[in-house]
Amino acid sequence: MSDLATNTPPDEAVIEVRDVRYAIGGRTIFDGLDIIARRGRITAFMGPSGTGKTTLLRLITGMAHAERGSVRVFGDEVSTMRSQELFALRRRMGMLFQNGALLTDLDVYENVAFPLRAHTKLPESLIRQLVLTKLHAVGLRGAARLMPVELSGGMARRVALARAIVMDPDILIYDEPFVGLDPISMGVICRLIKQMNEALGITSIVVSHDVQELSEIAHDSFLLSGGKVVAKGTPDELRRSDLPEVRQFMGGLADGPVTFHYPAPDYAKQLLEEAP
Amino acid sequence: MSAGAESAPVATLRRIGAVAVFLWRIVVQIVPAFAKPRLIVAQIYNAGGRSLVIIMMSGLFVGMVLGLQGFDLLQRFGSEDALGVAAALGLLKELGPVVTALLFAGRAGTSLTSEIGLMKATDQLTAMQMMAVDPVRYVVVPRFLGGFVAMPLLNAIFCGVGLFGAQLIGVSLMGVDTGAFWSQTQGAVRLDDVVEGIIKSVAFGTACSLIAVYEGYHAAPTAEGVGLATTRTVVTCSVLILLIDYMLTAAFLTTS
Repeated sequence: MSDLATNTPPDEAVIEVRDVRYAIGGRTIFDGLDIIARRGRITAFMGPSGTGKTTLLRLITGMAHAERGSVRVFGDEVSTMRSQELFALRRRMGMLFQNGALLTDLDVYENVAFPLRAHTKLPESLIRQLVLTKLHAVGLRGAARLMPVELSGGMARRVALARAIVMDPDILIYDEPFVGLDPISMGVICRLIKQMNEALGITSIVVSHDVQELSEIAHDSFLLSGGKVVAKGTPDELRRSDLPEVRQFMGGLADGPVTFHYPAPDYAKQLLEEAP
Repeated sequence: MSAGAESAPVATLRRIGAVAVFLWRIVVQIVPAFAKPRLIVAQIYNAGGRSLVIIMMSGLFVGMVLGLQGFDLLQRFGSEDALGVAAALGLLKELGPVVTALLFAGRAGTSLTSEIGLMKATDQLTAMQMMAVDPVRYVVVPRFLGGFVAMPLLNAIFCGVGLFGAQLIGVSLMGVDTGAFWSQTQGAVRLDDVVEGIIKSVAFGTACSLIAVYEGYHAAPTAEGVGLATTRTVVTCSVLILLIDYMLTAAFLTTS
């Protein structure tokens, strides 16, 4: 764990997003977004599909920059960082992508060893120990020599998790970690996220719309809708909320502030029109 | 102004500028990339070793056709003994570098573009950036260097096999004297001719590898995007090869 992580008080804000506006292709994604993730806690960003959850991760990791407002990680403004500073920041972060994003020309072992080989000059024996330790932690030590194409979706995500923690990051970011998984794999990933947080004290950011799973692991939750945070609190607090956006999302209701139909001309009129 | 609203010349200029900037990013990372020589060796094998069969087969057939056509032409002037010279000069100065480069664009170039494009589409390049690893250094530069090194080697093999093919037809089938075939070839082919072929193949290798990695790296991260990028690689490389060939040939003839 880094000096900064050990020298800061437990509840210090590690990620601060203040009054952020971000638009892409003329479409406003965020306007007045405020979010805080505190050290050592699991923070969940929830919201309907297309609400900009993954975009928020891009802003936090410096892959996209806000038009207005501030995005601070460890107290440093991300948007003004130069590429070397961004790379230094990212070395303190691990990220689990939706599809795992394993390097397809490398086997499981080499995928996990990749960050170590890229950033350190550790002897091969030590790299081996670290890689096997991390693979053991996710239950895939025996799959070390399999290629990514031979893994199931759940296994690929566990390998990606082992790769994400191999450099002992201060922040772990999970982008839709439960998508497309069977209930067993989902439970395994859920338990691993919790274990990583408790055993390693890692600040965890989980982006998802799986309310049930997040309720089990998240300490803090932010519900995003319409470009800003519409509700925050623990998952239980969100569940008790009277706000229509929150009730619709937590209850999985088709009708509510988020409309089922994409904006379209009058249905009957369009049906009666001649085909172009 | 959006790219769609640009006139064709402006869009072309913009693209040339983008390729030049990308080349600069590659050049800057070449020395650091040598810290991982295994990646470069693997890509030389990918671009070169895996193209060997198609290059050797094509070289053999091109050489055999040269043997047939060359013999038919030369015997009209009673100069069939010069078949070796005609085949060697044709292969070394023109056919070798150009045909090798066209085959390279179709085999290795498309492979490079689609591989990098798919890595982008499956978030592998983004994952590298998140691991504070520059994808240009770890993915693009080794592949660029692989193509750059492989092209002249493939050209040499193409020319060697092609000459063997011409000899096979000329000597074994048409009855040209072996001694005349080889001695005239040895006497007439100068070092300048060999150098011309090498310079051409290095230029083609640079252009093809650059276009292939550029298109892959900038492909839209979708199935259609990767397909379009792969097509653009073949088209752009083919036109560039013939354009550069004309320019270099004109330059060599002017200076000789």
